[in-house]
Amino acid sequence: MVKSAIAIFLKDVRSELRTRYALNALLMFVVTTITIIIFAIQSENPSPFILAGILWIVVFFASMSGLSRTFVSEEERGTTLLLQLSVHSSAIINGKIFFNVVLLLALNVFTVLLYFFFLPEFFIRNYAIFLLTMALGTFCLSVSSTLLAAIVAKANTKGTLYPVLSFPILLPLLVTVIDATKLAVEGATFTEASGNFQILISYLITVFIIANLLFDVIWKD
Amino acid sequence: MGKTIQVQSATFLPIFFFKDLQHTFFKYLLGSLITFIIIAGFAFPMVPSPQHWYEFPIIPALEEKARNIFFHVPTAWVSVVAFLTSLVYAVQFLRTKNLDNDIKSVTAAGLGLMFCALATVTGAIWAKFNWGAFWNWDPRQTSIFILLLIYAAYFALRSSVENEEKRASLSAAYSIIAGLTVPFFIFIMPRITAGLHPGSAGDSQGKGPLFESKAMATNMRVLFYVSSLAFVALFYWIWNLRVKTERLLLHVHENVSS
Repeated sequence: MVKSAIAIFLKDVRSELRTRYALNALLMFVVTTITIIIFAIQSENPSPFILAGILWIVVFFASMSGLSRTFVSEEERGTTLLLQLSVHSSAIINGKIFFNVVLLLALNVFTVLLYFFFLPEFFIRNYAIFLLTMALGTFCLSVSSTLLAAIVAKANTKGTLYPVLSFPILLPLLVTVIDATKLAVEGATFTEASGNFQILISYLITVFIIANLLFDVIWKD
Repeated sequence: MGKTIQVQSATFLPIFFFKDLQHTFFKYLLGSLITFIIIAGFAFPMVPSPQHWYEFPIIPALEEKARNIFFHVPTAWVSVVAFLTSLVYAVQFLRTKNLDNDIKSVTAAGLGLMFCALATVTGAIWAKFNWGAFWNWDPRQTSIFILLLIYAAYFALRSSVENEEKRASLSAAYSIIAGLTVPFFIFIMPRITAGLHPGSAGDSQGKGPLFESKAMATNMRVLFYVSSLAFVALFYWIWNLRVKTERLLLHVHENVSS
């Protein structure tokens, strides 16, 4: 099963590298959004707390427009049935989750670097908290978006439905990561932020288990 | 698969008649109970030192605004009960693939949304007079806002899937995912954020569960619990009616199309 999950992952990586649809679109999305933010705050002197919130807005909407592609593209190319026949459904969900985690991780590294480069006002006092928050936030975001993408791919109005469905599910997550990022900016100690990490880890475990339990129902017609 | 819906028919007349009588009795009992709660909640006087059973004590800083507890808290409570019902029947649907469970689940979710909206409105009006603004992003207001969003999204999802069984299983899956993230918001998040910002957690009067505090007299507490029970019974009654209507509608559709 692990083998076929990795096979799904490699297949997605290969088809992504062939077209580079999601990757290019996402990189452009991040660049444009950060540019708009810079123009919007021009001569202002934004506090790093506000910038911490804005960082997650960029990440959230980038993942919104990119991660929903995984299942929608299968439906569009008509390869859903072939996948259903060839591998077990838990391999599919785990392979897709793996792919989305890697995609979002790469994207977030790029976003954060760009953010530090363009916005010198955004400085971190506690890098341990910041890095752990980014990593856990990326994992949580990609697991839950993958599950929701599977639901949306079966609906008729795919483009508009995805943000509507995912916003309430992701909101607890977003509130927590924004709070943790603010703590990192503030220079809080690691133990002060541990409550947030506990939330993130339990969220991750819950969503991962639910994804594995429910995917069979969503995927099979 | 999954088309095993049984519409209850009146095959045995005496039992049917008895059941009907029972329903009528339940209906009138519930009606008079709710009427009593409305009258008692609005009209029972509030005095500094209560002498009679119908007099409420004055709660400092809340005064007449305390009456909202008989209407607002039960509606919020009923909406949680309704969402739980919806979740249970969603799980049941996924286990049995019986569309009847989907009907039960979706009607419960619809009623839950209605009660949730009522709780939001009554809470906002109360907040206007107690905190000075309709909306304050208090933890409780945030969580009820999330609940409204989730179930609005649930109905958006349902309206965008054509196939009945597909729609039922997708929305059941979504309501399970939603039902599992809600506790993060209602129980975990407010506590942790309050721990970080002690200033913002300072409780103005009336925040927190009032019905557990000593300021509530016994008669208020009894009325509150009676009201909660009556609202749950009201939910059950409406839910039953709607489930029956939906079943009949499905039955009609099946017979027309086949």
